[in-house]
Order: sequence, then C-alpha cells, then structure tokens
Amino acid sequence: MNFIDQHILTVVVFLPLAGALAVAFAPVTSDETIKRLGLAAVTVPFLLSLYLFFAFDSTKAGYQFVQHVPWIATLNISYFVGIDGISLLLVLLTTFLMPLALLGTWNSVDRRLREYTAVMLLLEAGMLGVFVSLDLFLFYVYWEAMLIPMYFIIGIWGGQERVYAAVKFFLYTLFGSLLMLVAILSLAYFASTQPGGQFTTNLLDLSLLADRIPPNLQLWMFAAFALSFAIKVPLFPLHTWLPDAHVQAPTAGSVILAGVLLKMGTYGFIRFCFPLFPDAAVRAAPILAVLSVVGIVYGALVAMVQTDMKKLVAYSSVSHLGFVVLGIFSMTEEGMQGAVIQMVNHGLSTGALFLLVGMIYDRTHTRMIADYGGAAKFIPVYATILMVVSLSSMGLPGLNGFVGEFLVLVGAFKSGILDSYAYAAVAGLGVIFSAVYLLWMYQRVMLGPGREGGMYGGHTLTDLAPREIAALVPIIVFIVWIGVYPSTFLSKSAPAVRNAVEQMENARRGIHVRYAQVSPVSSSSIAKAPQAMPKGRR
Amino acid sequence: MADFSSNYPLIVLIFTALAALIAGAPKNANIRLVSMVAFVGLVLAGALSVEGMTAEGPSFGSMILHGVYPCFFTLLFCLAGIVTLLLSEPYLQRFGHPQAEYTILLLFATVGMVLMASANDLITVFLGVELMSICLYVLAGFFRTEERSNEASLKYFLLGAFATGFLLYGIALVYGSSGTTNLTLIGAMHPDAGSRMIFTLGATLIAVGLSFKVAAVPFHMWAPDVYEGAPTPVTAFMSTGAKAAAFAAFLTVFSRTLHFGGSSVAAVIAVIAASSMIVGNVVAISQSNIKRMLAYSSIAHAGYMLSGVAAGSVQGEVGVMFYLSAYAFMNLGAFGVISVVERDHSEGLGIDSYAGLSRRRPLLAGLMALFMFSLAGIPPFAGFFGKYYVFLAAIDARMTWLAIVGVLTSVVSAYYYLRIVVVMYFQDGEATPVSAPARPVLIALILSALMTLQFGIYPSAVLRLTHQLF
Repeated sequence: MNFIDQHILTVVVFLPLAGALAVAFAPVTSDETIKRLGLAAVTVPFLLSLYLFFAFDSTKAGYQFVQHVPWIATLNISYFVGIDGISLLLVLLTTFLMPLALLGTWNSVDRRLREYTAVMLLLEAGMLGVFVSLDLFLFYVYWEAMLIPMYFIIGIWGGQERVYAAVKFFLYTLFGSLLMLVAILSLAYFASTQPGGQFTTNLLDLSLLADRIPPNLQLWMFAAFALSFAIKVPLFPLHTWLPDAHVQAPTAGSVILAGVLLKMGTYGFIRFCFPLFPDAAVRAAPILAVLSVVGIVYGALVAMVQTDMKKLVAYSSVSHLGFVVLGIFSMTEEGMQGAVIQMVNHGLSTGALFLLVGMIYDRTHTRMIADYGGAAKFIPVYATILMVVSLSSMGLPGLNGFVGEFLVLVGAFKSGILDSYAYAAVAGLGVIFSAVYLLWMYQRVMLGPGREGGMYGGHTLTDLAPREIAALVPIIVFIVWIGVYPSTFLSKSAPAVRNAVEQMENARRGIHVRYAQVSPVSSSSIAKAPQAMPKGRR
Repeated sequence: MADFSSNYPLIVLIFTALAALIAGAPKNANIRLVSMVAFVGLVLAGALSVEGMTAEGPSFGSMILHGVYPCFFTLLFCLAGIVTLLLSEPYLQRFGHPQAEYTILLLFATVGMVLMASANDLITVFLGVELMSICLYVLAGFFRTEERSNEASLKYFLLGAFATGFLLYGIALVYGSSGTTNLTLIGAMHPDAGSRMIFTLGATLIAVGLSFKVAAVPFHMWAPDVYEGAPTPVTAFMSTGAKAAAFAAFLTVFSRTLHFGGSSVAAVIAVIAASSMIVGNVVAISQSNIKRMLAYSSIAHAGYMLSGVAAGSVQGEVGVMFYLSAYAFMNLGAFGVISVVERDHSEGLGIDSYAGLSRRRPLLAGLMALFMFSLAGIPPFAGFFGKYYVFLAAIDARMTWLAIVGVLTSVVSAYYYLRIVVVMYFQDGEATPVSAPARPVLIALILSALMTLQFGIYPSAVLRLTHQLF
C-alpha cells in the first residue's frame, strides 16, 4: 500500500480537528469569513472521502486504508484505523452531510459563531473517528469525546429547554458507554488470560477469540455493548433522550444528530457486537428484533400525533432506526444490506427534513403544524422539495427509502434466526404509518387555503434562497440515485456484509451443534449448553 | 556519602526550605526573595528527581528508599508545589496576606510528602505524615482573621491528630508483633511469624490513619469543611500533594511491603473504595459551594484510586500512580480557576458565580470546562485514562463489581461537573464580574491544562516512568 492510502484516514479524521483550531484562533473578525473557513474545513474531508470511495476495492471483504501505529505501548493499545464497505458509506455520509448542514443553516446561528463552527468541526472529527477505529480503546475515546461537542451544540445554541435536553443526552449516553467500558476492559483482560494471549484492545485480535469466551460472560459483555449502542440508536424503550435532544438542538445539530450520530449505534452493532460476541448476538437477536419492531410501530404512532413538526421528524427517527436494527438482527444478507443502505437513507432524508423544518422555522419562528396551512402557494420550491423528501422517507418506490425498507423486510422474512414472519408483518405496518404521518403533516402544512398575504406566525413566508436550494439539491440527487440504482453503494458494502452474515451463520450452527450435544443429557439445555463448549480459563 | 548522592532531591528540598526560612526570618524580609528561593529549589529538586529515577535501594540506615518510586512522587510533589506557588502569590496579594511563612510552610510540607513517599521504615512514614500535616494545619488557618479559615485549621488539626493517633498505635502494634519497624524486614517476614492477630490489627489501624489522610469514607468528615475554609491554593495543594503523599505511603506499606492483594485487608479497602465513590459523588450533587463540591469530588476520586490499591497488583500500583498525577493537574487547574473567580474570601464561591463566565472570560471558562470534563473522566483528557487504568486493575484482580460501581458513580459525577459547564456556558443572564487572572496564575493554569491533555492523549510518557518500577 502506498503512503497516501496508509495515511488518508488519519488525514480525513484530523482535518476537521485542525479546522476547528484554525477557526478558533484565526485572526479574523468577520462572521462571513468564519463561516467560509468552516465550510472549507468540512468540504476538504468530503473531497478526500470521495477519493476513498473511488479507490476502495469492493471485491475485498477486509479492511482497507489501514494504518497501525503503537500508541500506548505498555497497555498494547494502538492507533489502528481502517475501513470496510460499511464504514466507507458512513464516512462518506458524514463528510457529505457536514457541508450541507453548515450551508443549509448559514444564517440561523446568531451568537458565538466562532465557537459554533469550531465545535461543529470537533464533532465531525469525533464521528469520523468512531467510524474508522479498529481498536476498541481508540473507538471508545472517539465515542465519548464526541459527546462534548454535541453537548455544547445543544446546550448553547439550542431552544428553550436546551439545558435539560443537553444534560439528559449527555448522561443517558454516558451511562451506556461506561458499562461498555467495563466490557471492553473485561474482554481485553480475557484475552490476556488465554494461552499465548496478551492484553489487547485490537478488534481483529479480539474477534479471533470469539468462540473461546464462555457463553455467559459473552452474554454479559454483549449486553453491555448492546446497551450502549441501543441508547445511541435509540432503541425502544431507551429512546426518551432523543425527542428532547432533537427538538432542542439547533437545526444543524439535529441534522447531524439524526443523520450521523444515531448511525453510530447501529454501526456499533455490526462492527463490534457481531464479530466479538457472535453467539450472544444470535441468542439475543429475537429480543432486539422485538424491540426494534415495537420501536417501528411506537415511533410511527407517536409521530402521528405530534403537533410540532420537528418533534414529528424526531419520532419518525425512532421508527426508521427500528428498521435498521431489525435488518441487522435478521442476520441475513438482504437484511443487513438493507440496514446499511437504510442508515444512509435515513441520514439523507431525515437530515433533509430537519433542514427543511429549520428553514421554515427561521422564517416564521414557529414549528407548530397548526400555525400553517396552504403554504405551498407561497413557497412552491420548498413545497416540492419537502414532497420529494417526505416521499423518500416513507419509502416510495423509485426513491431511496424503498430500497432500504424493502431489503430489510425481505431479510426479516427470510431470516432463519428470527424464524417468524411476524417481525416483517408488523414492521410493514410501520411503512404504512410513515405514509400517514408524513402525508398528513404535508397536507396540514402545505395544502388547503393559504393564509392571507402569506403571513405565518406573524411573518411573511418567502421561498428558498439559492444557498438553501444548493444545500438541498445534492441530497435530492442521492435520494433519487439510491432509489434508482442502489448498486453503486450496495456493491461497496456487499463483501463486508456477506462476511458478517457468514460469521453469524456459523455462530448459529455452532449453537445448534452444541444444543444437540447436550440435549440427550438434559432436556432443558439452554442453561447447560455452556458446559459443552471448549472452555477458556476464566 | 552515597546516601547523600542518591538522595539529592530530598536534600535539596530540605536545604531550600531552610534557606527560605533564613531568607524570610528578618522582620522586613523580602517576600519575593523567599518565593524565588522556593521556586528555584522546587525546580531543581524536580529536575534532580528525574535524574534519580534509577534502581531502587535503601539509604540512611535503611530508613529511606531512593530510586524510581520516591523520585516519581518527588517530581509530582515538586510540580504540585510549583503550581501552588504560582497560584498563591497573586491570591495572597489580592487578599492582603502575603507573608514569607506561607512559602516556607509550603516547602516543609513538600519535604514531609517526599519523606512519606521515600519511607522505608514506619517511623519515616510517621515523620513524613507529621511534618506534612503540621505545616498544612497552619496553612489551612493562614487567614487568621477569617472565621472559616480558623475553623478549617482547628478541625483539620483535631481530626488529624486523631488520625495520627491511629497511625501511631498501628505502628506500635506492628512493631510489637514483628519486632521491627523497617519495611524491608517486615516484608521479608514469614507470614506466620509473631502474633498474626496483633499484626493484622496494627496494619488495619495504619490503613485507618492513612485513610484519614486521603479522605476516604468513612474517614472523610473533615474534608469538606477544611477544603472550604482553607485558602484556595492551599486547598489545591492539600487535595493533590497531600493526597498523593498519603497514597504513596499507602502503596508503600500495603502493596509493596505486605503484598496484601487478594487478602481480607484488600476486601476491606475495596469496600472503603466503593463507599467513597458512592458517598463522595452522591453528596457532591447537592453542594452549592464549589469548593465543597470539589471536596466531595476529591473523596470520590480517593475512592477510584483506592480501587487501584485494593487490586493489590502491579497494574493497580501503576494505575494509582498515573491517576494521582492526572488528578493532581486537573484538580490544581480547577482550584486555580476557583482562586481567580473567588472575590472576598467566602464570596464568589457559589456555583452561580460562574454564570456567564464563558462570555466574560472565555479562556478561563474554557480551561475550567476542560478540567471539569477531565475530572468527570471523559476522554481524551487525563482523568479518563486514570480511570481506565484503575478499573482495568480492578477487573484484573477479579473485582469487576468495583469497576461497575466505579463507572456507575462516574455517571453521577458527570452530572455535577457538567453543572459547572452549564452555568458557565448555557445560562443567559448577567455575567458576574471576574478580574483577569494574573500572569503567574495563567501560566499555572495553562501548564495544568497542557498536562491534563498530554496525560490523556499520550499517556505513554508517564506510563514509561511508572513502569520502570517493575
């Protein structure tokens, strides 16, 4: 591998960090210059990740662009980064959404612009770091460090209840993460007790140990990881931080929160829970699938009754992320591919929805659905874009949402691990509900008799400015692209997904074999099953 | 002579203290000169202790130990002393008590700490504890016209004397059962030699005495009042230097001499650790005075560090040493900011005094936020890595429950550390006027912040030092 390929991920992650420092200390006073500097600092990583996309070899399943440098030698912790097809798409999504989020909210931030731009850049560095880390320690550092900028974004630039929302977001996430830390430590320690093993947090080394971890220990560690990821996703019933955080966050914060941050949870399941604890993941799959199906329906039903557009979009995230988790835990190729593409889809369409809600809020200072009606007359461009994005979000064939949801449902139907049609059947309801809440919102806001003179909330409604259109059009392009020709993206993640599915299949067979070995001795085999396993020293 | 040449840092410190004493003796002594002497002495001793990190060995008739372990701590004490000095001068000037005695007492306290860390004999431990404590009793009451300061001093003195009694009685019992106070000899003793029961009783009493000094539950009662009443830089020094010294003695006696890992004493220490984490963090939530809040937080941090001690392993020892260094800088920094925001003695200590600090003094607020996140254990700051290490040691020693208590209480702690950030950054309203920090304070704060970052991002440098031990 050449020099560029070895260092490019580091550059992509650290560029926003350097940008943050530059913005923080640049001797400029004009707001406009700071904004431009910020935009430049997020555009360059995007261009670099385009290079990643084209240079990525989608015939290989392993990690590419790997860089491995010792970091804390005494604890065998290394700076180890690399991406496979799944992380590639998420890196691209992150770097793609960042410039759009900044561009789409160009004039919405009215105070402490310098700090705002710097903190957004720090956030991007943290998120990218999460997606490229292949060392659990490194991953954990990014995972938690990223809380700090998000906390400030919600707390300083948020709405009325921002302090409550910021603290809740922080503590909720921290709670999950810290238990994951204990699991990481236990796992690393477990590695050191293995014959010839040593203390390590290297993901690849640790995943080799997967079948040696005693099932009960594995289940505990899986639970700790899963809790942390489930809070981040958020999976029902751990979702209560989300409506607060989304609604209170400033528009760009909501876009990034929904677009990227939530994906860190679902990504974590695929990247860490599966290879590290395959047996436990298989055993826990039905539980997580049930929770995700409940989340799909619950999120959709709650979204339906919202009176605040932003809250509606926030709850729709709970529903949509349920699809992603269902796809992941169907543990089939279709399901997981669907989950991966659905992560991207949700980032695009919900990101766009938050941008749109933010844009109309900037004009009228109200997000209440009841304050609108017939707005389409005055803002036709806005209305058109909102229609396309809503249709994408509800999964209209030909647009991106359909591809993801369809694949997830197919996966859930086919899944041998879930082994029931009920999941897909109930989840299918979520698709219908999403049409209900989105179209109903559209009808109440955009259609019907318009207010006199286009006055809403005491302000005249004006259509989108060119800059705002420029922020939305790229998203629309990808919404259509993925809807029509998803292979561009699916082919990138296919080898990695196939690999993961294969591993889960093996784990499933492993469990079946073990049950078969035990069953003649004891009829209720689940409790006894561990004893049939080759035991590691504990 | 070899005894002298291998103990330069200690000797330099003693002579610095004596020189400062002489320089400060005249009626119209030049306070600047005294501070300069102290500063140079501390820097020199710190530099010499870096040099002195070689193989360990006994000196002065096996009374004290030289080598890596004491030198690591000496360096820490010197750095803490330097930062405290930098914080103190502007602070004392603002509140009108600049006196040479302050610096001199600070130096002697440092000597006491170094003695505790280099002890190879229980008598030396005791000497160190006393030298350090007596100086700190006086320093805590340095604002002698202030009621709170007097209360702090008296409380610290009475409870400290009580703790010393425990310590001394423990030493006597250990001597009674083993016939020696020398730690090398005690460590080499056969486990069944002498009276086992009296020995265990003695060791437990020593643990109690030292637990007082580290402010661990249930021996923590003095800490909030003393931390609140003492001049802020003194509080900073007490909560970092004195705590580190007490932990140094803890590790010397229990981990390095008695190798108590896995024993019932370890279980007792684990319980003390868990209760310190719980009580410290939970009670800190309800505090409205920031110094009291940090006092409870320091009780909680003692708990985190004790879980490393309880592990009783090399991991645990290294973890505690790392944690102490990390804690020293983030806490010195936090108290440094407090000393700037503080107005007339007890004014400006309420958490609400920090309202709008980010607009008024962005740098100060930024540094405070950094120290708070680090204290809460959020990466990439030093506090996180300290916790990582001690929890690792606890899991390594099959005390996963202790690590779980640790992380759960960390979530609790995040709440009150974040509260400071909330007040500084998120609250609208009138900003309280805060004077600009004087240059020495600024240097001290930035130094602490850089160390806090460095310990978190590249801990290898410190770890390499600590690992030389083993």
